[in-house]
Amino acid sequence: MTDQADAVDVKAQVEAARARAPSWLARFRDSDILASFLSSKVTMLSGFITVVMIVGALFATWIAPTNPFDPASVNLIDSLFPPRWIEGGDPRFLLGTDNQGRDLWSAILYGMRVSLIIGICGVIIAATLGIGLGLLAGYAGGRIDAFIMRVADIQLTFPAILIALVIDGVVRALFKGLPREQTAFGVLVISIGLSFWVQYARTVRGSTLVEKNKDYVQAARLIGIPAPLIMLRHVLPNVIGPVLVILTINLALAIITEATLSFLGLGLPPTQPSLGTLIRIGNDFLFSGEWWIVAFPGVTLAVFVLAVNLLGDWLRDALNPKLR
Amino acid sequence: MSTLVEVRDLRRVFDVSKPWLERTLARESRMLLKAVDGVSFSIQRGETFALVGESGSGKSTVARMVVGLLQPTAGEVMIDGVSMTAAADAAARRRLRRRIQMIFQDPYASLDPRWRVGRIIAEPIRAFGLARGDAVTARTGELLRLVGLDPADAAKFPHEFSGGQRQRIAIARALAAESDFIVCDEPTSALDVSVQAQILNLMRDLQDRLGLTYLFISHNLAVVRHMATTIGVMYLGRVVEVAPARQLFAAPRHPYTRMLLDAVPDLALSGRPRTPVQGEIPNPISPPTGCTFHPRCGLANDRCRRENPVLRDGVACHAVEEGRDMAMPAAAVTA
Amino acid sequence: MTEPILSVRGLSVEFVTRRGTLRALDNISFDIARGEVLGVVGESGAGKSVTGSAVIGLIEPPGRIAGGEIRLAGQRIDNLGRDAMRHVRGKRIGMVFQDPLTSLNPLYRVGDQLVETILAHLPLSPSAARKRAIDLLAEVGIPAPDRRIDGYPHEFSGGMRQRVVLALALCAEPELVIADEPTTALDVSVQAQIIALIRRLCRERGTAVMLITHDMGVIAETADRVAVMYAGRIAEIGPVRDVVQDPLHPYAVGLMGSIPTLAGEAERLVQIPGSMPRLTAIPAGCAFNPRCPRVFSRCHVERPEPIARGAHQVACFLYDPASGLPDPRQRAGVSPEVGA
Repeated sequence: MTDQADAVDVKAQVEAARARAPSWLARFRDSDILASFLSSKVTMLSGFITVVMIVGALFATWIAPTNPFDPASVNLIDSLFPPRWIEGGDPRFLLGTDNQGRDLWSAILYGMRVSLIIGICGVIIAATLGIGLGLLAGYAGGRIDAFIMRVADIQLTFPAILIALVIDGVVRALFKGLPREQTAFGVLVISIGLSFWVQYARTVRGSTLVEKNKDYVQAARLIGIPAPLIMLRHVLPNVIGPVLVILTINLALAIITEATLSFLGLGLPPTQPSLGTLIRIGNDFLFSGEWWIVAFPGVTLAVFVLAVNLLGDWLRDALNPKLR
Repeated sequence: MSTLVEVRDLRRVFDVSKPWLERTLARESRMLLKAVDGVSFSIQRGETFALVGESGSGKSTVARMVVGLLQPTAGEVMIDGVSMTAAADAAARRRLRRRIQMIFQDPYASLDPRWRVGRIIAEPIRAFGLARGDAVTARTGELLRLVGLDPADAAKFPHEFSGGQRQRIAIARALAAESDFIVCDEPTSALDVSVQAQILNLMRDLQDRLGLTYLFISHNLAVVRHMATTIGVMYLGRVVEVAPARQLFAAPRHPYTRMLLDAVPDLALSGRPRTPVQGEIPNPISPPTGCTFHPRCGLANDRCRRENPVLRDGVACHAVEEGRDMAMPAAAVTA
Repeated sequence: MTEPILSVRGLSVEFVTRRGTLRALDNISFDIARGEVLGVVGESGAGKSVTGSAVIGLIEPPGRIAGGEIRLAGQRIDNLGRDAMRHVRGKRIGMVFQDPLTSLNPLYRVGDQLVETILAHLPLSPSAARKRAIDLLAEVGIPAPDRRIDGYPHEFSGGMRQRVVLALALCAEPELVIADEPTTALDVSVQAQIIALIRRLCRERGTAVMLITHDMGVIAETADRVAVMYAGRIAEIGPVRDVVQDPLHPYAVGLMGSIPTLAGEAERLVQIPGSMPRLTAIPAGCAFNPRCPRVFSRCHVERPEPIARGAHQVACFLYDPASGLPDPRQRAGVSPEVGA
């Protein structure tokens, strides 16, 4: 039935149609999500703040006047200067310095970067683990489902801090020789990953249970597509929506968790301070009058977390099909 | 005409009991749902066999077992001499799979909303290795044209189409692997009447052109009349009557078939005499004893309450066997 | 001639969305006489459910009534406040929805829901209300009503639940009942029972019924008159027998021809090419013109007003003497077109 020329003609038609079809960008511009984003000033402000902070953190090396992690550039004589606009301040240090003589503005930028990287890595681990287990539990059902869900339940009884302590202890025992600087990053990221995967797993499992029974999955089973491929190609794209919301809110939570762990001394060492470490250091000096060491990192953290949470709120409402 | 599909004593039981712990604490026994209870029929090559029934009749479950999406608890499905339930080697099964396809009821759930139409139709082509590269695009375009759509529609997403158009895409997908046996599970129930007419006409045309065999599941007797060569009527998991279409409508024998025909609204407003419908379909978990239809049947006697009638000469009814059915007014449909 | 119980004139309903304003209903007018059953039939998107919602005052934003009047026994009800409308609803207009599972509150006993509605609209004591509820349940065919009145909705089967919903709709003795697809979710055999029940009860009480459905068969069995809707407009309205057996509007002709029936030979079904237009893209002039086998130039330009032909009204220029066309009914062998 198919002529060679006819086949080429059909292909040309399809390609032409594909070229004419609105591109990803055009579809995005016209979408409901963008309209919903632009309709709320609060959301736009949160988005703006989040982007500015992330960009600032990523480009810290270029923006910051000094490198607070480099012991050579830090001078003890410069310690405990107040912010520039207060009497006694030094024009070199915008927000003042901490007890080691580090420029606070630079320390916040670098600290933000560290916090962000740990947060993002932790969330990636949590998401991968959670989505994978959730898909498996939902699709396989039966005993596998029951087992994974019980593990999840048990996992939830352990707070992040406890998990961090345990992992820290295990790592120290296993890698006796390595200094804190090298293991701290790994410990933090794994702790965060292990603490937060359950939320992803539960959400994905619920959505998978719904999608699994839909006819398009049955149609794929009918032609003999193996279960893992069905899960990956058909189910996953359709259950990923709510995960995006959890990711956003989780990021803020991960950064706070890292800050808490660092504050408690379980996180990064003082030579590579994250925001949490800075807050811990500053805490000691709060009552002796050097309020800026805790105030500025604290405010930065709070503003970032608030912005990301508001963004997550908007995303959840925007993606909710019932509200559209 | 040769037999393409043969179904023998097909059964399917679902365990709908509560989880073990709850059951033991509440001292409840297991609850088993006999969705399909011994169904046998055969389909000739090139014909359309319709399974008609209301909810709880088990017709959809039968469809899924025939196609291989569900494993039967007992019984056998043979397609072109090869058993679906006990295919020994993967190659025979694979070859068989390619020849069977299914069209589903809900056009909104049967196409992956995240895939483009072209990719959806190409999935069986690629899965069975029937073509590669450009040939796939060409074949997809050809299939779209075959079902009355534009080859350029391959670039669009399902949500850009109406229900009727989506069902056409589903038909195109079903034909992509060059199957010859298509199981249609209420393909037009979710569509508007005028769209239904288009799809039914299309299905008949394709059958004539490509020599397809259909197993058509429906609850709508009027639709079935337009499509089917042979009709099987199901009630609570059993086949109660099987007959060629013309015969079933001209002279229905089983009391349930008569009740179904009587219940169909009469568009011709002919004012034909009809017996009022009685009762409702019982709970399939605890069906009536003997013949499951006896509580609603005007001809039920003691034997009906005790003994389950066997399908004999196309009908499973004691009254018909014993010649008692002459007492009922004829519910035949006149042209 | 007694006044109709429901009179709708020039009703328009719009939905304001980001992409523009959708006209779900465009200037429709019809009456329902006391005790009459009017069927409103159409396919998805025709606007039949919106009509029902508009009459009973359940159009929520972004939808709104953009024009026209709705009169119940002579009184305007489309401009009533929320409280006044709530009073009308239930007492004077009863409603039966499609899905009995969601019409009844699963947490309350059936009897409680009935008694609550009765007490809200009629001056009875609680015990008298309960007795009335039991009587109603018996009337709608629920066996052992004095026991089942204390049952929960999930203990009833689908058909039984719909009977209860019918009882709920009728318990305050309304003058009009709006039934939106009352039998669509039910099995065929149960459907027949419910249709017969609706017909009988409303005849006995003299209650008018607005029966909204896509199923022409149900209309043929139950209704006295029928309105065929298309793209938010009424294409044809008239006595059931006339519209079903001898439709005038080309859409109605195509629709009747495409319904598979038990009678007649099993040949190809009539099909109307294309599909109903989306509400954002309704064609100019007559909404049916892109699909009409009898279209001519005037159809693209002007929107047809309903033209009377006896008890029948049809919105089609073919029947307008001013078009200068021969009367379609005069031609021999008027047959429906078979679409490609």
